[in-house]
Amino acid sequence: MSHFIDRLKYLTRKPPEFAGGHGETRDETRQWEDGYRQRWQHDKVVRSTHGVNCTGSCSWKIYVKNGLVTWETQQTDYPRTRPDLPNHEPRGCPRGASYSWYLYSANRLKYPLVRKALVKLWREALAEHGDPVDAWASIVEDPARSAEYKRARGMGGFVRADWDEIQTLIAASNVYTAKQYGPDRVVGFSPIPAMSMVSYASGARYLSLIGGVCLSFYDWYCDLPPASPQTWGEQTDVPESADWYNSGYIIAWGSNVPQTRTPDAHFFTEVRYKGTKTVAITPDYAEVSKLCDEWLSPQQGTDAALAMAMGHVILKEFHLDKPSAYFTDYVRRYTDMPMLVELEAREDGSYAPGKQLRASDFAANLGQANNPQWKTLAWDETSDRLVVPRGSIGFRWGEDGHWNLEPVDADGNDVSLSLSLIERHDSVARVAFPYFGGIEREHFKHVAGNDVLYHNLPSKRLTLASGREVLAVTVFDLMCANYGIDRGLVGESEDDGATTYDQVRPYTPAWQEAITGVPAAQVTRLAREFADNADKTRGRSMIIVGAGMNHWYHMDMNYRGLINMLVMCGCVGQSGGGWSHYVGQEKLRPQTGWTPLAFGLDWQRPPRHMNGTSFFYNHSSQWRYEKLEIKELLSPLARPEDFKGSLIDFNVRAERMGWLPSAPQLDTNPLRLAAAAEADGKSTADYVVEQLKSGKLRFAAEDPDDPQNFPHNLFIWRSNLLGSSGKGHEYMLKYLLGTKHGIQGKNLGDTGATLPEEVVWRDEAPEGKVDLLVTLDFRMSTTCLYSDIVLPTATWYEKDDLNTSDMHPFIHPLTAATDPAWESRSDWEIYKGIAKAFSRVCVGHLGEETDLVTLPLQHDSPGELSQPDVLDWKRGECEPIPGKTMPNLIEVKRNYPDTYERFTSVGPLLDSLGNGGKGINWDTQSEVELLGRLNYVKPDGAAKGRPRIDTAIDAAEMILTLAPETNGQVAVKAWGALSKITGRDHTHLARPKQEEKIRFRDIVAQPRKIISSPTWSGLEDEHVSYNACYTNVHELIPWRTLSGRQQLYQDHAWMRAFGESLLVYRPPINTKAATSLKAPSSNGNPEIALNFLTPHQKWGIHSTYSDNLLMQTLSRGGPIVWLSEDDARSIGIEDNDWIELYNANGAIAARAVVSQRVKTGMVMMYHAQERIVNVPGSEITGTRGGIHNSVTRVCPKPTHMIGGYAQLAYGFNYYGTVGSNRDEFVIVRKMHNIDWLDGEGNDTVQEAVK
Amino acid sequence: MGAFMGYLNGLLFGLYPYLAGSVFLIGSLLRFDHGQYTWKTGSSQLLSKRQLRLGSNLFHIGILVIFFGHLVGLLTPHWVYAPFISAGAKQVVAIIVGGIAGVMCLAGGAILLHRRLTNPRVRASSRTADNLILALFVVQVTLGLLTIIPALGHLDGGVMLMLGSWAQSVVYFQGDAAAHLQGVGWIYKLHILVGLTIVLIFPFTRLVHVWSVPLGYFGRRYQIVRRRG
Repeated sequence: MSHFIDRLKYLTRKPPEFAGGHGETRDETRQWEDGYRQRWQHDKVVRSTHGVNCTGSCSWKIYVKNGLVTWETQQTDYPRTRPDLPNHEPRGCPRGASYSWYLYSANRLKYPLVRKALVKLWREALAEHGDPVDAWASIVEDPARSAEYKRARGMGGFVRADWDEIQTLIAASNVYTAKQYGPDRVVGFSPIPAMSMVSYASGARYLSLIGGVCLSFYDWYCDLPPASPQTWGEQTDVPESADWYNSGYIIAWGSNVPQTRTPDAHFFTEVRYKGTKTVAITPDYAEVSKLCDEWLSPQQGTDAALAMAMGHVILKEFHLDKPSAYFTDYVRRYTDMPMLVELEAREDGSYAPGKQLRASDFAANLGQANNPQWKTLAWDETSDRLVVPRGSIGFRWGEDGHWNLEPVDADGNDVSLSLSLIERHDSVARVAFPYFGGIEREHFKHVAGNDVLYHNLPSKRLTLASGREVLAVTVFDLMCANYGIDRGLVGESEDDGATTYDQVRPYTPAWQEAITGVPAAQVTRLAREFADNADKTRGRSMIIVGAGMNHWYHMDMNYRGLINMLVMCGCVGQSGGGWSHYVGQEKLRPQTGWTPLAFGLDWQRPPRHMNGTSFFYNHSSQWRYEKLEIKELLSPLARPEDFKGSLIDFNVRAERMGWLPSAPQLDTNPLRLAAAAEADGKSTADYVVEQLKSGKLRFAAEDPDDPQNFPHNLFIWRSNLLGSSGKGHEYMLKYLLGTKHGIQGKNLGDTGATLPEEVVWRDEAPEGKVDLLVTLDFRMSTTCLYSDIVLPTATWYEKDDLNTSDMHPFIHPLTAATDPAWESRSDWEIYKGIAKAFSRVCVGHLGEETDLVTLPLQHDSPGELSQPDVLDWKRGECEPIPGKTMPNLIEVKRNYPDTYERFTSVGPLLDSLGNGGKGINWDTQSEVELLGRLNYVKPDGAAKGRPRIDTAIDAAEMILTLAPETNGQVAVKAWGALSKITGRDHTHLARPKQEEKIRFRDIVAQPRKIISSPTWSGLEDEHVSYNACYTNVHELIPWRTLSGRQQLYQDHAWMRAFGESLLVYRPPINTKAATSLKAPSSNGNPEIALNFLTPHQKWGIHSTYSDNLLMQTLSRGGPIVWLSEDDARSIGIEDNDWIELYNANGAIAARAVVSQRVKTGMVMMYHAQERIVNVPGSEITGTRGGIHNSVTRVCPKPTHMIGGYAQLAYGFNYYGTVGSNRDEFVIVRKMHNIDWLDGEGNDTVQEAVK
Repeated sequence: MGAFMGYLNGLLFGLYPYLAGSVFLIGSLLRFDHGQYTWKTGSSQLLSKRQLRLGSNLFHIGILVIFFGHLVGLLTPHWVYAPFISAGAKQVVAIIVGGIAGVMCLAGGAILLHRRLTNPRVRASSRTADNLILALFVVQVTLGLLTIIPALGHLDGGVMLMLGSWAQSVVYFQGDAAAHLQGVGWIYKLHILVGLTIVLIFPFTRLVHVWSVPLGYFGRRYQIVRRRG
């Protein structure tokens, strides 16, 4: 009753004693123990996860007590997969364990916020005009008024607003933009649907229904490895982490497994107990090095040289000197190595590798009536003749049953394709190869040499249909030569190849040592071990790789270097082997169930998609500062006069030719084209073609600085674009937002450089192109600080959603442990509300409208066979034909007042057009009917009778019901659809699970293993771990490439012109960012130029958690930059000093971490350390120090723009320009004045360097 | 002395002691029963050990001697010790022992106060009550030391007896305690007032740890177990 009275026991009996009087037993109250008990007591536990693009996708227990989320612990109930495989659980890391801090922190967004300057204008305008759309027009069309609130971006000034008012404002802005400029001027950015599929879909569905644009992210993040679509025709497909346990030899190459794959790392260590050898290849002494038997430290950015030397050893020893039977069989059947390549004669009598020969090159198309120009050829050893092997992409479209990898030719005769012509060549051709390793590049080493290397190749003489005789070689022979192996066909002095490893010739181990610094003997030994293991285990050698390798400008070379090693050793598609590229959480397992929901495909097709990199490069005016010239990229074998212009010109041409998408699309409002065409008495497509041809109509990208072509509205959700992923951050601040920025360099006009040819140059570039920036977040991120409107969204513990990853085979949910706190709402509810407001506000402005959508030539559609040759209609090289020589022009009917009804119901197109993905399609009427019964149907209104999608759970059920991965019946239908094309029955892969249907409540109960589907190339079954390309190898399903095989030779004209038809080592590019700026005034401290690397961090996932107090306590509590001891000493920097990093793009202020871990010549700034904590003012820019992207600017790569060409065709997040950033250099110096720019008297001065 | 001053004297030295004493006892009891987790010393040793060893030891030794000196010295009736020691001699002993302890306590308190206000970690975790009580102690011990100066002027123990009478009158409920202080110097009165204020705010500060001196440890058995349930 009372603690005090309870202690008054002086009159009670003495307590009994024991142990001879040494102890006694008391009856004191134990109530105090309840304090400890209550500490861990809770009212309920709810399953959720963290939608943070970490790839972990760990299921968590969320504890709720007294209506508040208190803490979280790891779930341990993952289904057991197989015997002999370690359990998946527990999965998690300290970052996820700290998440509950956010829910009730000061940083939590609690109310809708709007900048005061804007809301004041809005209220005045609304009072004056009455109609919200007119009110919005009166603000944005008045330069003085709009500048007023745009200038305030990032400068504070938020006030609370209420939901109704804000939704009306947003809707009015969208309606006005669509009506005045076109719906494709309303743009949205949200990444990584797999981390919270319904949330992504909510905004994407809204945008797609009104005709807005969804920007891609995977390529923009530079996580997309273009080498993957180039080689496999697949965006990215990788083994799950459990498959590491099946491996016999693992190289972790630029992937810091324990730090960035924390929940998976246990497999990496567990497999070592089986005797598996692990090797780390990282320039810095990364954490993964500690888990490995060997650590190699090549100079950063030179990995391709290392990989080529390893490939040199593997080819020579395991393919030429003592061929491995397994390897030979593998590359013969599963790669394009036997395919024949035409040699093009050069003026000096040598040859250059040309296109892969096609059936159409020969008389009577070699009997092929369907797509002969897309059927590659090989030499059959058995019959000693030219054959058309099945499986090439020509078999995929226009005919059924022959697109497979059976070792037969088109007519069904057994064949054994000849890898090399060395036994049966007609002549020896002297073939020229480009050499880039001799380019002198400051800060990097080179091996001098002629820029063209000559090798002698065995060739066949063939007569084409035209009567012309050509020499043909196999890809295998080309590769041996390209790797610098002298086959001894002529005298040694006649070939630039090497005969021994210690010759310093490209690409021997000794040659690479001169470039990478790794000892030749070590490289030779590791290559041997790697291949030997693969030979003995049938491909169980694996390379784990990540952003560290992929963020370089020439990432394709790094990646193809590894891929070639894996392919040569038969590791791809084999358990425990292959290419384990782990970057973002890109694996949206129920993808085909999700796409109709996300992009409104149930109501209208196609949606508008845009590749993020080209969009931001163009619209944030980064192209206006481009210093990288095409001639720096071209192969010495190419003719520079054929490749004139600047990078933006190539992008514009790619858009015009239908290779890349455009957004905004045309330089006019697409809602007005149908009417204009009708008035002109033409079909809309004909009208547009005519207008384009005459030049009256252009692509918006050709004049991005015309206000008609601005991206007027921008939505950002589930993303911190301006605090994390926005490369060229300062350019975005200046040009998109029109606010304070830190750009130090001059644009092309001011420096008198050559101006782009295809783009209108305006001396005064417009600033503040975005009229309204709306961000949804649960925390006040940097992006929120720069937004006009901030909408508070539910945290990951307050909403219902779905989550999957490439790291494990389970699908599991986010569920609401508590209702969204304060006035926050889930993304689904927010966009539903905006859709409702839009439907209300648009009346009188937009009704039923016909929109004209331009759609690039899509991968996995017949459009990928459009352009065997590069022809630009604008330059008169061909006629503009939609869907052939230019983008498709497709009319889409929209009903704007019905937007809300459509948003909340499943539309009729699924019944009539079916569902599908990746080139296959199936009927899905029964699933739609099932959804109607699960979710009920709309009782009335414009969508009467359609299945409802009212709540996020309804939306999740739509995904789960439509997707083959979560609905066995759909899986069987999908495999059946693929079987029809391949002519082989694959349905056995799903039949055992035909009756299995995973619903939302199932995964709430426990994570579920997904069902195998043809959307992916691996299997989820009882016998194998998920491994990419497994079905290609074991089910003989072709890769979606030109040859239908793993495409190691890229024969597109641009690939050859830019020197990348085969693998080469290319040094990092010179962005000139650190050399092109006018030196700022000195602060008295010495400076040094260092390579700027931005690996992923330990104390956060991207920018999330970097502002979390718990994680800050574990790290240093603010932005840090790592330097080597030598570099730090050379400019007088000591650990924890404030330092500044700057170049032409901007400046960063951060603390220095001086560490032996770092290699000399580089700095590492962990990517995306939130800028809202502990960042003083920059002495260079005079404003607050920037984020890591303040010193970057994207440089797109022309070869990534290629389209309409088999695997080199556009797909959303699949192929396209990528935002690389590792080639950047910064100038580093110790800061002098530490100015917090807050007038609070905390400013200090740092001691000068002595 | 005017009527108002008489009233004030009665209020401050006749009634205030009972107010302070009541708050002290009832406050301590309530806090013990309702704020078990707040019943602690609030040690900052974990945050910083600097200055603590010297400061804390000086302060605690000093204050314990002073505390017991006051307790025994003030509450023991004169007739109890009169056979053994004269009032004048007792005053001299009190001045010497109290002076030494007072200097220790002042030095320790000053060190602790300096540490509490300047050490950033300690400062950040300090509550107002922590700073206040420490400051009050420093003030109080300074006042106590200052009383030595007038005391040296009248070594007959007369003032000491008046103070003792006051204290005994308060504690033994003899009534009209304030009358004993008429004519006592203002510095003594100020010292008493601050002292009573410390008693008043005692339950609201970390001083409650004084109640929990673990005296039982001296006589307890080696092993103590509690019955289940």
